[in-house]
Amino acid sequence: MSAAVAVFRRELLLAARRPAEWAQPLVFYAIVALLFPLGIEAHDPALKVFAPAIVWVGALLAALLGVERIFGGDLEDGTLEQLLLSDAPAPLLVAAKLGAHWLLTALPLVVAAPLLGIALGLEPLAVKVLTLSLLLGTPTLMFTGGFAAALTVGAQRAGILLPILVLPLMTPAVIFGGGAVRAAASGLPFDAPLYFLAALLALTVTLLPFATAGALRNAIE
Amino acid sequence: MPIPSLQVSNLAVARGDRNVVEALGFAVAAGEILHIRGRNGAGKTSLLEVLCGLRLPAAGRIEGQPDAEQRHWLGHKNALNPALSPDENLRFWCALSGHAEADVGDALQRVGLKAQRHRPCGNLSTGQRRRAALARLLALPRPWWFLDEPLAGLDHAGIDLLAALLETHARNGGAALVTSHQPLPQGLAGVRTLELRP
Amino acid sequence: MWTWFHQLASPPTFYRFADVLAPWLFGLAVLLIGVGVYGGLFFAPPDYQQGDAFRIIYVHVPAAALSLSIYTLMAVAGAVALIWRMKLAEVAVVAAAPVGASFTALALVTGMLWGKPTWGAYWVWDARLTSELVLLFLYAGVIGLNQAYSDPRAGARACAWLALVGVINVPIVHFSVTWWNSLHQGASILSVEGIRNPKISGDMLWPLLVSLAGFYLFFGAVWLRRMQNEVLWRERNARWAQETVAA
Repeated sequence: MSAAVAVFRRELLLAARRPAEWAQPLVFYAIVALLFPLGIEAHDPALKVFAPAIVWVGALLAALLGVERIFGGDLEDGTLEQLLLSDAPAPLLVAAKLGAHWLLTALPLVVAAPLLGIALGLEPLAVKVLTLSLLLGTPTLMFTGGFAAALTVGAQRAGILLPILVLPLMTPAVIFGGGAVRAAASGLPFDAPLYFLAALLALTVTLLPFATAGALRNAIE
Repeated sequence: MPIPSLQVSNLAVARGDRNVVEALGFAVAAGEILHIRGRNGAGKTSLLEVLCGLRLPAAGRIEGQPDAEQRHWLGHKNALNPALSPDENLRFWCALSGHAEADVGDALQRVGLKAQRHRPCGNLSTGQRRRAALARLLALPRPWWFLDEPLAGLDHAGIDLLAALLETHARNGGAALVTSHQPLPQGLAGVRTLELRP
Repeated sequence: MWTWFHQLASPPTFYRFADVLAPWLFGLAVLLIGVGVYGGLFFAPPDYQQGDAFRIIYVHVPAAALSLSIYTLMAVAGAVALIWRMKLAEVAVVAAAPVGASFTALALVTGMLWGKPTWGAYWVWDARLTSELVLLFLYAGVIGLNQAYSDPRAGARACAWLALVGVINVPIVHFSVTWWNSLHQGASILSVEGIRNPKISGDMLWPLLVSLAGFYLFFGAVWLRRMQNEVLWRERNARWAQETVAA
């Protein structure tokens, strides 16, 4: 357990040392979400219709940005093989690492979501559901992104493989997240998609670290 | 109590699709330093990785393999994050195994990095980074050392330092397996050589 | 029986076994597909609603069923490869992926061709179609991942992990028509309800079942051949492989 805490704290320390890396997804997210109103006329009712998708796809792309670097640095400097050689259970260390990444890259997105939702013309209820859907959905994005990153970090010719891998894995979260906000915006019941998001969260956070650790072990062989 | 010896019988090690090592048998006991030598591509690193437990062998048996808390692996890479200082890096490795961080300063001093201990590793020279990696072996005392090409990147003083560390380690009952295509420093006691031919 | 299975896992034994079995599977497959498609085109009566447009079912349903079955088999092979580190299981995973991708694409395309006259649209974003498309991306991911690794064994093991994680999509595709409001037809054959009270008329059903069996045998034959190829390439430095090629 102390090992997981040590890994978690180290991620935060590294982010503090390199603030530009950490801030990049957040800036990207803001740009994406705020450029849309410029593309569509600001008072166009279509903006409200597209707002859930804009915010959710923005969150997905921003998460994708940060994911590539999660394990790359550690593989390069040899930290990864030491972590996998250590006593602590690898899935736990992976979960600690991804949890720290969620805190650093996704939580700011969740906090920024209400502002963006209002800027895009959503009603208060829809804004609340948007924030909740992002809170439930971004850990899924982070953990599935981490799994895909673990698969590609050991590949020598990965190229643009990471987005292709990530797309089918992240699609359900985006579908349910966007669906929940759309339902709330139209006055329809929105619990079902939120429950699905929570189920995805439970599944990915508990099971994916095992697969991720396995893929990492494969990468250092 | 002396550590149990590491025994290898009929070991085969694969790299990619081929076996680079076949039907290998030997033993390493406490106080011994095994120097695994051979040309580039002979399979030294792959063999060491299998012995340490990073990978599985293709065939054969390893008995007495130390578990995680009993071994150190020093590979080609130093396991030092360039954004953090040697001090911070070592403290992390101590915290990871639940070991007290008290020996970190001492270890860095013994390898001659007292002045640089708070500078980011990215700003240190290759030799200094290698020394910082060696300091990890001192900050966390463990009986088994698996060192892959430890002489690479070290100057004369660094090589002497490594020889001294190995000597002390063996004298205290530890064991070390070292791969190197260069010969180890002269005068190092307790060294056996294992030659790998491709 | 387990000894036989263990022996089969040795590459040269498997190669010989596949060499013997594959031609029979091919022959039988061609026969069954021929009979099934012929029966479907000429013997099955036209549908009271869709007329002759429904006949694409004789390709669409086998392709879709195979797209799911192949992924499941890939995941099972992947589990075997990871747990027992069996070379042949790794080869099975890698060899199955392009075939599965092709069948998934075939299912999607035939579905689109069927959808235009019956639903009025080539594509809708309903649960079944979307999850089948996700399946196609998963296959593409497996294929791409294998090519991205220079060490074939490590690459195959990475694919095994992806196959295992993605297999959760298979029940989603199958049950999507029950769990969500879907434009796509519900399960008429592969459900408990469907077997008890068949929703499809007998003279339409038999060519479908024959065609289905033929397609599965065809996949079996193709899979064996692809595995043979892959095994031969991986073991190209071994003596048995060089002798086989020289012969």
